[in-house]
Amino acid sequence: MAEEQESVLQLPSSTAPGGEGLTEISPETTTPDTPSSAAVSPGTEEPAGDTKKKIDILLKAVGDTPIMKTKKWAVERTRTIQGLIDFIKKFLKLVASEQLFIYVNQSFAPSPDQEVGTLYECFGSDGKLVLHYCKSQAWG
Amino acid sequence: MTDDKDVLRDVWFGRIPTCFTLYQDEITEREAEPYYLLLPRVSYLTLVTDKVKKHFQKVMRQEDVSEIWFEYEGTPLKWHYPIGLLFDLLASSSPLPWNITVHFKSFPEKDLLHCPSKDVIEAHFMSCMKEADALKHKSQVINEMQKKDHKQLWMGLQNDRFDQFWAINRKLMEYPAEENGFRYIPFRIYQTTTERPFIQKLFRPVAADGQLHTLGDLLREVCPSAVAPEGIDGEKKNQVMIHGIEPMLETPLQWLSEHLSYPDNFLHISIIPQPTD
Repeated sequence: MAEEQESVLQLPSSTAPGGEGLTEISPETTTPDTPSSAAVSPGTEEPAGDTKKKIDILLKAVGDTPIMKTKKWAVERTRTIQGLIDFIKKFLKLVASEQLFIYVNQSFAPSPDQEVGTLYECFGSDGKLVLHYCKSQAWG
Repeated sequence: MTDDKDVLRDVWFGRIPTCFTLYQDEITEREAEPYYLLLPRVSYLTLVTDKVKKHFQKVMRQEDVSEIWFEYEGTPLKWHYPIGLLFDLLASSSPLPWNITVHFKSFPEKDLLHCPSKDVIEAHFMSCMKEADALKHKSQVINEMQKKDHKQLWMGLQNDRFDQFWAINRKLMEYPAEENGFRYIPFRIYQTTTERPFIQKLFRPVAADGQLHTLGDLLREVCPSAVAPEGIDGEKKNQVMIHGIEPMLETPLQWLSEHLSYPDNFLHISIIPQPTD
């Protein structure tokens, strides 16, 4: 899969669990695509303050769902799946009523209130969490 | 492990006597009597409350009824958490019956997921099962099952059929003979004292030296505050609760995972402050 467009953009911070603050990305926060796996690999960080550190996620489209030019994002660990869904929908300019599903391991759809940091710790590999997104239910 | 099969039954048939009362500000045409129900611990609120909904809708006008939701002492109850977990976490030190307030207005969007149909519960439940098996067997067992097996797991839960459910679920509880357990134990630890939803990490049932990890090992590793040293008065500060009981911290985690997991195959562990009386 071609991933030459990868770059790490910071999602604007938002403490709202629903991710209300994700109206747009801020280009000025673009950082070079440095592998940050060493800093965030599970088991090496101290428990205190680990909620502050961002994690890398890789977003991949499924089926006829539009792709995002920027696939790799740095997000706060406490960001919820719902927050990501809202962000992707805005990024792809989908109407609010359109559904969007996010999958881990191309197998299960975590519940919208689940935090990406937890998913990263359990299902991340090579310093990032791969998430597939789809406008229809892709995996049962 | 066949001797321990009774535990599976006891867990499955655990019930919580509950009294549902309509929220005082809901508009009714006549007085709404409370409604009593034995709630299955392993099920989900919106899966077992059709009768509650009907009961209260009888005394309400159609236009005053929108999506039903439940609340206990000011806390909206998440339907996508198993009932037993909600009770252990929020109400286990309160006298029975469990007093739940029923709402049809002002849905708390920030706190609850919508539950427009039983299909949504099924999708959530199956997704949890798949996540659990991703941890236990790299998804191999759940992926090898047929669609009808998945359906049987769900129908078993929905219709409260222990045998139907466990005929399939036992496959999810197997592991290679040369290993002493699953790859990782699917668990979630909940605390009322934090805003975070739950703690979930990778944790193996067997230590590097071959020793079985215990519940205490898990807590010391991922949630040390739960088993922090006892206070000067020698009292425990917290209770560690699963299915309304406090398992001994010396219990092997693999055994707990096989016997005290909810139907979604997760161990849902509540850390609650020691009740003071």
